[in-house]
Amino acid sequence: MKSLAELQAIREKMQSKVILREGSGDVRVVVGMATCGIAAGARPVLNTFVEEVAKQGLSDKVTVTQTGCIGICQFEPVVEIYEAGKEKVTYVKMTAEKAKEVVEKHLKGGKVIEDYAIKNI
Amino acid sequence: MKELSLNILDIAKNSVKAGADQIEILLAETDELLAVTVKDNGCGMTPEFLASVTDPFTTTRTTRRVGLGIPLFKLASEQTGGTFHIASRDIGSHPEDHGTETGATFFKTHIDCAPLGDVVSSVVTLIQADPDIRWIFIHTMKDRSVRLDTNELKAVLGDVPLNVPEVIAWIGDYLKEQYDHKEG
Repeated sequence: MKSLAELQAIREKMQSKVILREGSGDVRVVVGMATCGIAAGARPVLNTFVEEVAKQGLSDKVTVTQTGCIGICQFEPVVEIYEAGKEKVTYVKMTAEKAKEVVEKHLKGGKVIEDYAIKNI
Repeated sequence: MKELSLNILDIAKNSVKAGADQIEILLAETDELLAVTVKDNGCGMTPEFLASVTDPFTTTRTTRRVGLGIPLFKLASEQTGGTFHIASRDIGSHPEDHGTETGATFFKTHIDCAPLGDVVSSVVTLIQADPDIRWIFIHTMKDRSVRLDTNELKAVLGDVPLNVPEVIAWIGDYLKEQYDHKEG
């Protein structure tokens, strides 16, 4: 059974890392989670980003957050990636599989997947 | 929406937007019926706004003039023969006791009843986005019940936020385990 003692262990582990975290988080992954996004399948996309970022050991660098309607409902699920000093990348019609690929190639490898992205205007 | 759990996620987001610091998601199930209630202590709605809130052309979004969250939830319920209700007390007229309660019933055996789907995933998604809110989730079924109160977790975690990946994963497993565990 899962127990609160396990949470206590997570707390102890995290507290030693908290200092390291501050001042980092250079990359922000923002998933649109309004009615349009949710209906189009944003929930598994978001959850995949959260899981994969942790699994690939990118948690110190990448923060995954949610936002409301971005305004391009027909392209949902939409994911925006903000990185200091770089232009915003907007991925459209995302799926859990594509999200996994974005973590691997873009967030980890530093290469934008042009096929899934739309041009900034 | 393919699953009722997605409607629940969407409706709970309204409570977040209303500035609530406590949101309860309550599911009560019998063989025949599922009752869903989302209750918050947010800013509430004026009687005028409340009266028009099931109209798709009423919305708080700023990117377009259509809002489908509540209409879709209402439809999902009514197409099973169930009923939808919403009640609210706005902060202007009720500064001490404000908030909104949105609820619907679903006849599970009706052919047009959408499956509940992955409700654990919806709860985890909500906590991930807004870890500072007190989330209370209770799902009672005939032979078991699933319960989560984020205040209990915060008491153990101290200043570690609820949305660090390790904690989010733990919450998901914690809920799943309760679903798998039959009482008695």
